[in-house]
Amino acid sequence: MSRIIRTLGDGWVIARRNVIKIRRVPEVLVFVVISPIMFVLLFAYVFGGSIDIPGGSYREFLIGGIFAQTVIFGATFTGAGIADDIHKGIINRFRSLPMAKSAVLVGRTASDVIYNLISLLIMALSGFIVGWRFHEGLLNAALGFGLLLLFAYAFSWIMGYIGLLVPSVEVINNAAFMVIFPLTFVANTFVPAENLPTVLRVFAEWNPVSAVTQAVRDLFGNLPTGIPEPTVWPLRNSILYTLIWVVLIIAVFAPLAVRRYGTAAKRG
Amino acid sequence: MANAIEARGLVKTYGKVTALAGLDLAVAEGTVLGLLGPNGAGKTTAVSILSTLIEPDAGEATIAGIDLRAHPDLVRSKMGLSGQSAAVDEQLTGFENLDMVGRLYHLGRNRSRERANELLERFDLTEAAARPVKTYSGGMRRRLDLAGALVAEPPVLFLDEPTAGLDPRSRNELWEVIRELVGRGTTLLLTTQYLEEADQLANDIVVIDHGREIAHGTSRELKRMIGGERIEVSVTNAEDAAKVRHVLTSYASGEIQHDATTHTLVAPIAGGADVLTRVLRSLDAEGIAVEDIGLRRPTLDDVFLTITGHHAEEEPPAEEATPGRGEKKKRGAK
Ligand SMILES: Nc1ncnc2c1ncn2[C@@H]1O[C@H](COP(=O)(O)OP(=O)(O)OP(=O)(O)O)[C@@H](O)[C@H]1O
Ligand SMILES: [Mg+2]
Repeated sequence: MSRIIRTLGDGWVIARRNVIKIRRVPEVLVFVVISPIMFVLLFAYVFGGSIDIPGGSYREFLIGGIFAQTVIFGATFTGAGIADDIHKGIINRFRSLPMAKSAVLVGRTASDVIYNLISLLIMALSGFIVGWRFHEGLLNAALGFGLLLLFAYAFSWIMGYIGLLVPSVEVINNAAFMVIFPLTFVANTFVPAENLPTVLRVFAEWNPVSAVTQAVRDLFGNLPTGIPEPTVWPLRNSILYTLIWVVLIIAVFAPLAVRRYGTAAKRG
Repeated sequence: MANAIEARGLVKTYGKVTALAGLDLAVAEGTVLGLLGPNGAGKTTAVSILSTLIEPDAGEATIAGIDLRAHPDLVRSKMGLSGQSAAVDEQLTGFENLDMVGRLYHLGRNRSRERANELLERFDLTEAAARPVKTYSGGMRRRLDLAGALVAEPPVLFLDEPTAGLDPRSRNELWEVIRELVGRGTTLLLTTQYLEEADQLANDIVVIDHGREIAHGTSRELKRMIGGERIEVSVTNAEDAAKVRHVLTSYASGEIQHDATTHTLVAPIAGGADVLTRVLRSLDAEGIAVEDIGLRRPTLDDVFLTITGHHAEEEPPAEEATPGRGEKKKRGAK
């Protein structure tokens, strides 16, 4: 018990430090603010007009997918932050202190939720401007946002682990892209999964990103009536399936990352 | 007296490079061990292992009586580290850096702040305390990092080349801080490339090269082995150099080094300034035009020449910048 308290206490110190850093380098926030706006506008106007969704508006359908994709991309900040700590050398200070071994990761994944909170807020606002609405009440909408944040939080642990593996901070974006692109595109994020070729369709149906997207569309009331109800289990139970993945990802990647952290050091 | 730091048979290899080849160290409580060695000797590797940053391939160690492998966390609560490159956060202020370290040592909120302010004062950083570290000069960063090692007043300290990059004033101040800490019972392992620094601070000196010990003793014992001051004479041509050599022979207490490319001769001498005066007179009497002459303390390089018969190997840039050295073997692993 005292170990958990200590971990949370140390994690809190690290998270606070990260927040100070965000305030000192607000330039980063420009990207956090601009890229969601760009995504929403681009997709809404470039594809919004040219794709037809039976029994619904493509824009409304799309927003859930963009939300999911953007918060997953947001997890890259965790990888970049961890890689930066290593390559700037502060890691050697942390590693020489009697702090909880997981605190740097716990604190980082926690403070990075801020980025996603901001980008969700911005996206919701830009969504409103282009005509997106939620139809299932405030509580369900809040649940939808909560689920997105939770999934992104779990994804942060994957990125944190990758951040510990990459040889330099610059590599992290490319490494993250290689994971994030297939996951967010071979999914129902931008087009209904039913229209994909078989192999891709199966992948898309079991892809957790599809499940989060499905879940938030459901919670926002953005599922078009013209698209048939999904038949596969993950999409029929999208909230549960998402939660299972959240637990699974953290259970696998948190120990991996913490172990790896225990050997990380800057040379010289 | 018990040993606060004790290491036996430390081995660490990186691929084909052997960074440490079975190093033993023992530092009695409340004393200072100077770990002296040229670039690539294995100093940082030794410090990193003892301060729990990296694991050795073989060997064991105890810090403050605690087994390093079994209880790295306990070891961390007993030690402070200032590594070769400053481990500070660029975007945080000096105060925030130290305050954070205090929190992570679990000193509590008030004590952490108090300690941060004390140390900023001690290291002459009070004025810069509220500025982000990225605006600090190299020496200021270095001092902040050293302060970080002292936050919890740990009984065991590891300082890896602590005075590298400090100006003479900051260096002297740091030496003062170190003496004060040791006076209060702190045990210190300090690495340096400067014999003089080890001489000033350390009770015991271990000279290492290629990851193994090549000499060990008190400062006095080492001096006995390598002789005292050196007289260094430069002339403009080989002819004069030969004459100088002849003159020096009668004053030298050991082997005379002769660098044929720069016409510089170095001889260890037993006396001090009086010997210099006599050498000057003799050179004058011989009518030799001296370009430069002076006394200097023995350096790490002299230790190497005496013990191993060759120069301490250095990285190429340092080599070019240092005139008056003879041919050198290049370090293969670098
Ligand atoms: N991570 C690493 N990968 C490869 N080689 C390494 C690594 N760390 C150290 N070495 C090698 O081990 C040897 C010892 O290095 P170390 O940093 O301990 O030397 P040092 O005595 O601290 O040198 P300096 O005075 O330059 O700081 C060197 O040859 C170095 O190149
Ligand atoms: Mg070193």
